[in-house]
Amino acid sequence: MRKVYIYKGFERFWHWTQASLIMFLAITGFEVHGSYSIFGFEKAAEYHRVASWMLIGLLIFAIFWHLTTGEWRQYIPTTKQLKEQIKFYISGIFKGEHHPTQKSELSKLNPLQRIVYLGFKVILIPLTTTSGILYMLYKTIDQNNLIVVEDYPLSSIAFWHTMGAILLMIFLVVHVYMTTTGKTPTSNINAMITGYEELEDNEEEVENENIQNYETK
Amino acid sequence: MLRNLLFVIFTILLMIVLVNAFHKEDNYNLNLEELKHKYALKAIPSVEHSKLPALQKEFKSPQEVTEACISCHTETHKEVMASSHWNWERASYVEGRGISSAGKKNVMNNFCLGTNSNQQSCAKCHIGYGMTSSRFDFNNARNVDCMVCHDNSEEYLKGASMAGYPDRTVNLENVAQSVGSPRKSNCGSCHFFSGGGNNVKHGDLESAQLSCSRDVDVHMGANGMNLECVTCHTAENHQILGKLYSVSTDNTNRATCEQCHTNTPHLSEVLNRHESRVSCQACHIPQYAKVNSTKMSWKWSEAGKLKDGKPYEEDDSLGNHHYMSIKGSFKWERNVKPDYIWFNGTADQYLLGDAIKSIPVKMNTLNGSYHDRSSKIIPVKIHVGDQIYDKVYNRLVQPKLYGETEGDSAFWKDFKWDEAVAAGMKESGLKYSGQYGFVETVMYWPVNHMVSPKEQAVSCAECHTRDNGRLAKLTGFYLPGRDRNVIQDNVGIWAFFLTLAAVLGHAFLRIFVLIRKNKYEKQIISYDEDKPTE
Repeated sequence: MRKVYIYKGFERFWHWTQASLIMFLAITGFEVHGSYSIFGFEKAAEYHRVASWMLIGLLIFAIFWHLTTGEWRQYIPTTKQLKEQIKFYISGIFKGEHHPTQKSELSKLNPLQRIVYLGFKVILIPLTTTSGILYMLYKTIDQNNLIVVEDYPLSSIAFWHTMGAILLMIFLVVHVYMTTTGKTPTSNINAMITGYEELEDNEEEVENENIQNYETK
Repeated sequence: MLRNLLFVIFTILLMIVLVNAFHKEDNYNLNLEELKHKYALKAIPSVEHSKLPALQKEFKSPQEVTEACISCHTETHKEVMASSHWNWERASYVEGRGISSAGKKNVMNNFCLGTNSNQQSCAKCHIGYGMTSSRFDFNNARNVDCMVCHDNSEEYLKGASMAGYPDRTVNLENVAQSVGSPRKSNCGSCHFFSGGGNNVKHGDLESAQLSCSRDVDVHMGANGMNLECVTCHTAENHQILGKLYSVSTDNTNRATCEQCHTNTPHLSEVLNRHESRVSCQACHIPQYAKVNSTKMSWKWSEAGKLKDGKPYEEDDSLGNHHYMSIKGSFKWERNVKPDYIWFNGTADQYLLGDAIKSIPVKMNTLNGSYHDRSSKIIPVKIHVGDQIYDKVYNRLVQPKLYGETEGDSAFWKDFKWDEAVAAGMKESGLKYSGQYGFVETVMYWPVNHMVSPKEQAVSCAECHTRDNGRLAKLTGFYLPGRDRNVIQDNVGIWAFFLTLAAVLGHAFLRIFVLIRKNKYEKQIISYDEDKPTE
């Protein structure tokens, strides 16, 4: 085992800010949607708008970071060991098996994470932000000489924006739960906070450990 | 771990602080202050009429006053005689009718029905003298009533049922020497009392506005800007800006909020953006009839009941008539929340002689819809009721209501519908089959006055709310906070909670397995726990 600095400073800042913003946007967003009342419609809409601009700003920085550091390669999807990974979550995890894939600085994500996070980044976030920007700029007449977004009905814009929000909430639940499936229930979340995570050295050691485990039994 | 937790809390706190930092309270609205300053300065009249020799005489008739006016204002009568205040009609293009003249001459309303055959009484609100019938000479300048609008002595008063002549008690010399720019009391002498009493028709224009607080009317409030009607309803060449869609049809020459407040009066961009589809009035007039009640319903079908052969009246607790033998039964309301409709500035009226196309009969139709780009949501008073109509010709009829004496076939004296309608329709030059009934009617009154101070404006959540919002009846478009895709919402809620359940199930199973394994390991492995693991 070795302690590895796996999540860089910006990465952690980005992750937690984005997480907070998305949760805050969900709270205010579903209030604007009419699901409940916490801040009151006016404040909720106002906070939602401010937080959405903050998120857009953050996303721009995050995209820049991914491109310049080459971290985007982490999300290149692969089917290799995808089945094993799914099998692990369905059955292996209950039998005390180890993760079928190994985590390292160069490959932080398992094949399932790669696909899900890629979908998150190229479908879910763009869907929600694009529909959100259209929603925000939606005005139906040009007497104010402002940009008109009216050829596309607001009900559709709202539908896609709500769709994004619902999927994000489902993602959030699964994502938070999945963090507990690490070495210990808090090891993943700790790593995202401190940046350091204890990782296995290499395949050989894994093998050794497996043998030892077997022997002890 | 504590440090990590603090970090998360700090992040969330930072976000909240940032949101609050971005959110600012309304700044000082300089434009509004400049506007207030501009209208705080009242103009000093350039002429003191009491000093003019032409007015230093005893006037035997109001026409002599008019002649005296014309002796100096030599062409002004021409301007007045080109106005709808004088002509009681105005030509305009109306969709479906072509060029059409509409006005008090031929438009039917939902109150005292129409002027035809009743001019003697209705002309109390005509800016002329001697309109006793439809044969009034609209070309006689001597009959222009200058005083009703320009009297500044507050002494002038038109007589009841005197065809527009002043009451006999009026001292014409005093009035003539006092003239000046029209005041609220001048306009209000007709516009506050239209329909036969204070605030009957409009709901947002009534005598209380002569001296009210800002809460009632932010513009006219005595403790506010105390504006006159003509401050906004300017009258270049006696063509008064603004019109009401009970008699008007086209979207021209309107008095608007924007003429002073501009298209972008708010400091908030989001509020300004509303202006594209929501009228100023919709948010800034949360209620009308704030002081005295206004009539919301008028049923002519119940008119004519007599007690001991005599007409009678019944009042409600606020002193409003709720029954009059001569007029029927009424409903009054105070502090009314307006209804809301789409309106593009064009309208049509029910003209005398029109066939009934739908029930309730729309006395006026305000055009507009969500899909019409130039339509905005406006507040309206919807006045309902029923009226007498000709069953054979299928049209509303004009009864003769007012009469000097009994036996003149006037309904208000004889209480016989048949005779009243026959006489009224004869005077109007239209046929009457002799078979009458009553039909439901409705009339729309845009609410434009009694603007409240901004603190009392309709709040966002009064419309952007799921149930029972102010715009609950205005459907066919997506209103955030009110509308949603119900299927999507339900599927979304199910998907979310099923996911949560699946995740929790997974977690429980893991814990269960872990506990069992721990027990097992404790039992089996305990004997060699000293054995080094590495």
